[in-house]
Amino acid sequence: MDGIHDLGGRQGFGRVRHSPTALAFHEPWEVRANALYALAVKLGIFNMDEYRHAIERMEPRHYLSASYYERSLTSLATLLVEKGLVTREDLERRAGGVFPLSLPSAAGRTNAAGRERFRAGDRVRVTTDHVPGHVRMPAYIRGKIGVVVSESPVYPFPDAHAHGVEAADEPTYDVRFSSTDLWPGAADAAFVHVGVFQSYLERAG
Amino acid sequence: MQPATQAATQAATASVEQRVDAIQAVLHERGMRPGEFIDEVVHLVEEQWVPENGARIVARAWTDPAFRQRLLANGRDAAAEMGFAMPRHHRHLVALENTATLHNVICCTLCSCTAFTILGLPPDWYKDLEYRARVVRESRTVLAEMGLHLPPDMQIRVWDTTADTRYIVLPLQPPETIGWPEDKLAAIVTRDALFGVARL
Repeated sequence: MDGIHDLGGRQGFGRVRHSPTALAFHEPWEVRANALYALAVKLGIFNMDEYRHAIERMEPRHYLSASYYERSLTSLATLLVEKGLVTREDLERRAGGVFPLSLPSAAGRTNAAGRERFRAGDRVRVTTDHVPGHVRMPAYIRGKIGVVVSESPVYPFPDAHAHGVEAADEPTYDVRFSSTDLWPGAADAAFVHVGVFQSYLERAG
Repeated sequence: MQPATQAATQAATASVEQRVDAIQAVLHERGMRPGEFIDEVVHLVEEQWVPENGARIVARAWTDPAFRQRLLANGRDAAAEMGFAMPRHHRHLVALENTATLHNVICCTLCSCTAFTILGLPPDWYKDLEYRARVVRESRTVLAEMGLHLPPDMQIRVWDTTADTRYIVLPLQPPETIGWPEDKLAAIVTRDALFGVARL
């Protein structure tokens, strides 16, 4: 989905609030939220792709205003409700107030037909697919041409794995793009390397 | 929705603490022992998943050319060799070698993916909207704002962690530290250098 989470290249954001000693956690509830979602993954209640997608499905105003661990918490609660472990009403009764959850999921999809094996140096084009469900292709590379640098081991295909759809595991390709091809005339010169699933790629002439 | 109703709804949203409590209670009643797991995670975060792991990997790579080759060929195996495990779904760790004319920096534009057992859980700025939106497009500007002023002829490579391959930057060893013992070298490798928002 072309969701609010897909931030790469969006303009209008200010300076990064950086500190060399920045912490990962600030409040005790944050480490609890983190541990509880990790426990659910460990117990096989949901997988990482389902977890990521449930964050992406947050209502956009909520996504942008929530802290990082509130997003974790919202995904965890949404999936526990969707998997039938608890009802929203029960959660809200226990929490003593409204418990905002993510919006419903759309359909997933399986691997692309006729996937090609690429080698380092091959020129590839990212497909122009628009999918309603989970996808790990950032919008800024859609339809763009890059060069294959290397191939990874195979991974579960996220577009299927987030939706309980059957699919073969497939490799990702480290594809090198030029920032000036991605945002002509409006980017600092750099190579941008993206891990692109095989299903999102076709050979470029 | 009437404004009064909307205000009432907003006012009634449970706090994040109350929401976490609610979930923890549900998992507890189902016999999943969340309290024990939270204690375990706190221990892992504080004691085991720390950037010092990455620093030790870098120091070893600086002092042991054979290890450096193994790290560049298969980062996951090289990390495991030093006793640093990675989660099952991180099937690949790629070490990104900085040189005098090349700088690598890592990010995750879609969420917050990191080799967290090696680099530590990611700091705030890595997960913030600003870094995720801007670093792929305005790398040189963002790095300068973060205090890293790269010379104009330094090539930049930005690595967006969109799949389950993970990255670690292998900084260039400062020339004045050549010959130092591994422990002393590990102490100069900062978390920012492992993410590529600083050079040493």
